[in-house]
Amino acid sequence: MDYFIELFFGGLTRGSIYALIALGYTMVYGIIGLINFAHGEIYMIGAFTSFIVATVLSIYGFPLLAIVVIAGLAAAVWSSAYGYTVEKLAYRPLRNAPRLAPLISAIGMSIFLQNYVLLAQTSDFLPFPALIPEFEFMEPVAHIVGSSDLTILVTTAFVMLGLTFLIKFTKIGKAMRATAQDKTMAVLVGINVDRVISATFVIGSALAAIGGMLIASHIGQINFYIGFIAGIKAFTAAVLGGIGSIPGAVLGSLVLGLTESFATGYVSSDYEDVFAFSLLVLILIFKPSGLLGKAETKKV
Amino acid sequence: MFPVKELKRSALISLWFAFLTFPIMVIKVDPIERTVNWRWDNLFFVALGSFVVSILAKVYLIRKERRAGLKKVSKAVTEPFVQRILREPRFLYPLSIAVLIFAISFPFFFSTYQTNIMTTALMYVVLGLGLNIVVGVAGLLDLGYVAFYAVGAYSYALLNLHFNMGFWAVLPIGGLFAAFLGILLGFPVLRLRGDYLAIVTLGFGEIIRLILENWNEFSKGPSGIANIPRPGFFGMEMNFDSGITYIYYIVVALVVFTIFVVNRLQSSRLGRAWLALREDEIACQAMGIDKTKTKLIAFSLGAFWAGLVGVIFAAKTTFVNPASFTFLESAIILSIVVLGGMGSIVGVIFGALILILMPEYLRALSEYRMLAFGGILVVMMVFKPDGIISNVRRSYQFKKHSSTAE
Amino acid sequence: MRSGLKKKMFVAAVALGFAMALPAAGFAGDTIKLGVAGAQSGDLASYGLPTVKAAELVVAQYNANGGINGKKVELLIEDDVCKPEVATNTATKLVTDGVDVVLGHICSGATKAALPIYKEAGVVVMSPSATNPGLTQSGDYPNFFRTIASDDAQAKTEVDFAINVIGAKKIAVIHDKGDYGKGLAEFAKKFIENSGKAEVVLFEGVTPGAVDYTAIVQKIKRKGADAVIFGGYHPEASKIVSMMKKKRMKTTFISDDGVKDDTFIKVAGKNAEGVYASGPQDNSKNPLSTKAIADHKKEYGEDPGAFYENAYSAALALLNAIDKADSTEMDAVVKALRTENVDTPVGKIHFDENGDAVGVGFAMYQVQNGQYVEVK
Repeated sequence: MDYFIELFFGGLTRGSIYALIALGYTMVYGIIGLINFAHGEIYMIGAFTSFIVATVLSIYGFPLLAIVVIAGLAAAVWSSAYGYTVEKLAYRPLRNAPRLAPLISAIGMSIFLQNYVLLAQTSDFLPFPALIPEFEFMEPVAHIVGSSDLTILVTTAFVMLGLTFLIKFTKIGKAMRATAQDKTMAVLVGINVDRVISATFVIGSALAAIGGMLIASHIGQINFYIGFIAGIKAFTAAVLGGIGSIPGAVLGSLVLGLTESFATGYVSSDYEDVFAFSLLVLILIFKPSGLLGKAETKKV
Repeated sequence: MFPVKELKRSALISLWFAFLTFPIMVIKVDPIERTVNWRWDNLFFVALGSFVVSILAKVYLIRKERRAGLKKVSKAVTEPFVQRILREPRFLYPLSIAVLIFAISFPFFFSTYQTNIMTTALMYVVLGLGLNIVVGVAGLLDLGYVAFYAVGAYSYALLNLHFNMGFWAVLPIGGLFAAFLGILLGFPVLRLRGDYLAIVTLGFGEIIRLILENWNEFSKGPSGIANIPRPGFFGMEMNFDSGITYIYYIVVALVVFTIFVVNRLQSSRLGRAWLALREDEIACQAMGIDKTKTKLIAFSLGAFWAGLVGVIFAAKTTFVNPASFTFLESAIILSIVVLGGMGSIVGVIFGALILILMPEYLRALSEYRMLAFGGILVVMMVFKPDGIISNVRRSYQFKKHSSTAE
Repeated sequence: MRSGLKKKMFVAAVALGFAMALPAAGFAGDTIKLGVAGAQSGDLASYGLPTVKAAELVVAQYNANGGINGKKVELLIEDDVCKPEVATNTATKLVTDGVDVVLGHICSGATKAALPIYKEAGVVVMSPSATNPGLTQSGDYPNFFRTIASDDAQAKTEVDFAINVIGAKKIAVIHDKGDYGKGLAEFAKKFIENSGKAEVVLFEGVTPGAVDYTAIVQKIKRKGADAVIFGGYHPEASKIVSMMKKKRMKTTFISDDGVKDDTFIKVAGKNAEGVYASGPQDNSKNPLSTKAIADHKKEYGEDPGAFYENAYSAALALLNAIDKADSTEMDAVVKALRTENVDTPVGKIHFDENGDAVGVGFAMYQVQNGQYVEVK
């Protein structure tokens, strides 16, 4: 039973990280219908920024709490800035272009950002400072659930609550929902769609940055390539849950994380990803719009 | 001529980029030695660079607007120059013969190395044309195309290893295997729409690669299969140079064959069904087109070509391992199709030549090569979202009653 | 179009005839061309660039002494990014440029893809780092040599150490699904099973770059392994080691040459303490090795990188063989490599029938106070 609980929590942690990234995918997709392949890179840049800032601060002798707060803020700010800029440079000019053009632009952006960080920083793996302390009250159960797992779970939960509130009750949240439903109609009722799209990128990027910082601190290392695999997994999770749906992205991520964890634990890690993708195919065969996606009926 | 307002705007842009790139470009920390290296000169270069680029972009946009304004006045619907040439048989035939002669004489004028690179590029032309059937013509976004390529390559490697089968025998088998797999995959997934299809095909591509990586007894795992023979020519032994040249000619022949088939297909009943399906599925069904069957054919035909090229790939490198069949490969093939111009054969050819030859000749830039590659993809898409040569097919719908279909 | 096709086939056949008629060109140049091929850009560049530097230093030294039999040595440096399909292009380019011998390639996969091309062109190849056993033991590549011991020798060292020194009874064998890591892990598994003294409780691969490795670490714990043998590179190793520390596990971690890298200690930090890794024998008492490292520091102002000494030795061995054979013909060079002993930073070596260097082996190291120390 211990083993099951361990795997369960491991899967939840993994799923939470996927969720933080998947939200960015799903929000962008919900609004402009674009698979933002560069989103994984935004996550990587967030992690890198927090790495740089945290290391600088620790060299200058700041206390841990200050480092965590400032590095987290810096990661969110710069990731958002990157998200905003990428949208403006690579996607906005293509708003009315053929459907696949923005996708290729996104793939190009992803390759560009990866190599930009590679060249500006390094190709080596770097040690990420331990930003999450080992809590003493966790010591008795540390062999099952670590402090960083707990921190990740709690942070993710809070972020989700905050996001739900933002989408449900604030003005920009309402504008986002309206735009997702019908872009033309949103313009007619006086919503500045461009601004809503920018806001979506900014929020999604900030979430990814938080995810990046948490996971890098959890595994203790970072390099320029971490965004690619995490991005693909998170995207899978978003589709699994029904792309465009925010609760769907969270559910899909948790399901994916748990599947991977149990597949490794009870079967074999050799085929961990095969399980993940097979699950995706299976679910989509029976529910073609994902777990919580709305089945679209097209009128003629 | 250049307003101050624009200069101010460019200055703001350059400030923004200086801010944006600040942590990554300027600060370099060494967490072991615990030192910080502030590279302020980078900040200056970024600011200056973005200032200049933003001004250049603005100048380009102003010019473009002015030109667009002029065009509106003249009101003539001008077809792009390239397309006009392509439509006129009296230009097209001499041109294609000239290209063919160039292609055939290529190995005589260039070194073996150049021939080898050109072979690679031409293989991607075929891959691009194959994917073009799926994505460009039938409108099914396939992100796992590389899986079929892998199936072809491993068919040859394994059939040769276990049953000692030759290149020519496996060539059609590899293609058929891939096509069969395409149908197998197509059945369950083709009822998914657009982007769901994309992710499932992506997942499928990864599954194939992972199986090749993990199932040692079947595929020899990540260490791959070496010593795959090159194609034989009536049992003649060939030295290295002529071997390369020979494969080059095989690929040229395949390119010609592919262009011929794809071109004929597009004007066929099936091809028109694909186009219709891409434009509007529901209307298509109402017209009595069997949606599933038509999609399946597109999917498996695309896969067939990937399988053929896979066999050639294995014969050319004489070595296969799963590392050659990653998602990035699918992305590059897709980029070829979109960059060249979806649905356009000539566009895909250009796309493949540019995208595959560019990194080879950018070798001088070495480490900046991939950065440039990514940047060029974005810039190309932003300025030419329809691809280099945009869809020629569109003119097909307005054919005059006197002319017959090509 | 159809007639074009037919014509083309005809022309192709004629062209082929011409190409076959061309005699195999002999490489009688005024210089001896030493090709250097390997990853010089991309994520594996750090494994390939030190080889380039080693070649530059050795060649500069030879040329300063008047070259080989009056001929200067010229370097041809080509990048293969460690990808098999690029490696064939690289090899073709080198052969087209008339290369005489090649130092490279760096990765086993790329080497395997490139070797047939060199073999047909009659070019001797010596790798400082390609450790796949098949390269030498299959007997397919008579033109291939290397100055590093093969994976099976390394796996043997690790397994002997785990069983005889640590006394492990239950061993988990983990790999990174890669060419190098998985190959090594399979040998380790085989040796453990053959020894009869310990059992393999787990044999699995992890996905490089995956978000975390909690699940596999839990599995290692559950299987009650008292030692882990990991085949792969340092990023995955440091993730697994850190995760094991987080789970408060005390399992011994044994790994390979890909982990015996100072970057591992830097990244894993204090979690690296106590980790064992096999690596090339310590050559610090060899004066040639000291000199090679000193030269590198003088020329480039930093310590040499991975496989530097192996590459330095390979360059010396190749040029020495050409010198002794007084020819660049494959058979003569091969014969010289097999018979002539040469003093190199990795010891006094010659090569056996398969192409492996005789006298090059592995030793075990342990991380102690942030440094790899050889375990006697």
